[in-house]
Amino acid sequence: MFDFYFDLPHWIRMALQGLAVMLVMFPIAAACSMAERKIAAWIQDRPGPNRTLAPILAWVPGIGFLQRLGIFQLAADGGKFAFKEDAIPGHVNKFYFVAAPIIAMIPALTTVVAVPFGAYIDSAGKLVPIVLANVDLGILVVFAVSSLGVYAVILAGWASNSKFPFLGGIRASAQLISYELSMTLSVLPVFLWTNGPLAGEPAGFTGSLNLARVVEFQSQAGFWGGAWFIFLMPLSAFIFLVALFAETNRQPFDTVESEADLVNSFGSEYGAFKWSLFYVAEYAHMLIGSAIFMILFFGGWNPLPWYTLSDLAHHLNFAHLPLVMGVVGIGIFIGKVLAMIFFFMWVRWTLPRFRYDQVMAIGWKKLLPLAIANLVAYTIGIALLYR
Amino acid sequence: MSSDIFFYIFAALTAGSALAVVFTKNTVAAALSLLVSLVGVAAIFVLLDAFLLAALMVFVYAGAVVALFLFIVMLLDSQGGTRKPFKKATLFSGFVALLLLIVGLASFAQRGAQAAIVHEVPAAAVPVGASLRAYGEQLFTTYLLPVQIVGFLLLIAMLGVIVLSKKFEGLGDIK
Repeated sequence: MFDFYFDLPHWIRMALQGLAVMLVMFPIAAACSMAERKIAAWIQDRPGPNRTLAPILAWVPGIGFLQRLGIFQLAADGGKFAFKEDAIPGHVNKFYFVAAPIIAMIPALTTVVAVPFGAYIDSAGKLVPIVLANVDLGILVVFAVSSLGVYAVILAGWASNSKFPFLGGIRASAQLISYELSMTLSVLPVFLWTNGPLAGEPAGFTGSLNLARVVEFQSQAGFWGGAWFIFLMPLSAFIFLVALFAETNRQPFDTVESEADLVNSFGSEYGAFKWSLFYVAEYAHMLIGSAIFMILFFGGWNPLPWYTLSDLAHHLNFAHLPLVMGVVGIGIFIGKVLAMIFFFMWVRWTLPRFRYDQVMAIGWKKLLPLAIANLVAYTIGIALLYR
Repeated sequence: MSSDIFFYIFAALTAGSALAVVFTKNTVAAALSLLVSLVGVAAIFVLLDAFLLAALMVFVYAGAVVALFLFIVMLLDSQGGTRKPFKKATLFSGFVALLLLIVGLASFAQRGAQAAIVHEVPAAAVPVGASLRAYGEQLFTTYLLPVQIVGFLLLIAMLGVIVLSKKFEGLGDIK
């Protein structure tokens, strides 16, 4: 059925795969902004956007439900951003001002290449992860590329040539430096653990930083094999989560764009499509960050702890259909990521914002020592375990 | 060969932006050119199949340019202004540094040429850069001393930045 696809040249297939992933990710990132408004409304006990409807659709029966959900608000917003006049203030540094939103999008959409998002069983009975580039470096690539995202904010702040955006840019760079360390240290125990022998693996293996391997480790048989890493390394998960909030500039760490003291921070001088690109990039970062969090600590595409995707496939008898299994795996994974996004929004509308000095104090004086202690403890523990 | 074309593109990008780092007047633009240059080097590493080095290049160096931004903004007077003429000692040490750089590059090129004549790309050497484990082992055994020395150099550079940027007016400022 799909043979014609595999006859295509390799680079065309790669381009198509990349395009497919982007076509899923870009709308989800855009839809997150809508979900944000709707969830904010629910948490604050008000209806939220519930009136927008294209006039030509008004006759469709039952569409009032979708209208009240605010689905069409997204299209209206998108249209507004696309067609509004895109004014560039006279006092900005034009080249960098225009470059910043573009630079925001590139790392945001590039990180996805190393993130596996599903799995299927091939004809040889082996579990194959679905990923754009199944590289050994996995997490390193994700960290490296996603850390470039902050340049967009710095550049936007600097090129805007006014005080509040500039302050936002500086805060962004300081925050990134402060939390990147804790984040990297917090995932090290996971990779120390996954560099041990996997069940049924020959001796003399070499470990890797591959993300699919982390999920494989959480899909083994037995009590310890099937436990998600959130149970085995709760402190790592917590540190990673806090650093993730800080890196994606989400409340309670959104001092970078805190509208109360910085107007709209780095976005102050932007309008229309450029402004929206920053936010799509931010949501894309959140999506990737949530995906990494789910892979590292919540079993990736496995539906439940101690109950893997393969188990589900065998029980429901679709293990021999790679297509069905792939779609189910991707569906489970996207569902988990969206649940995580909901958690992001839930926290945003629940916790107050930290002051800037508090953000720095938490990062350097609390989180970093905690991350180092956690790493040392797990290093000793894992070394004793694998001895 | 498509990889040759890519090499020329990225080499031109790297060299061009490296020149821009030196010649541009605007410090922020210089830092950005440095970033582009480093990404170009990472791309060349990818063309050489040294994926780990490429990822580390982006992660460590390109990430560190953020700190450079902070330094520029916090420590340098963004107005620029007129520069004081160089002292004799500065000129002399600059000249010595240039000579050292030339000698280093020349010896590097010569050794590279010798290695190419003696044996074309030893097959055993290829996995060293490719596998994480091999890379880590080499770094902590064979090349431990160079790593430490480079780290010490970085420390010197950091002290230099502090000394250069902090305005000492009297002995009382040194605490």
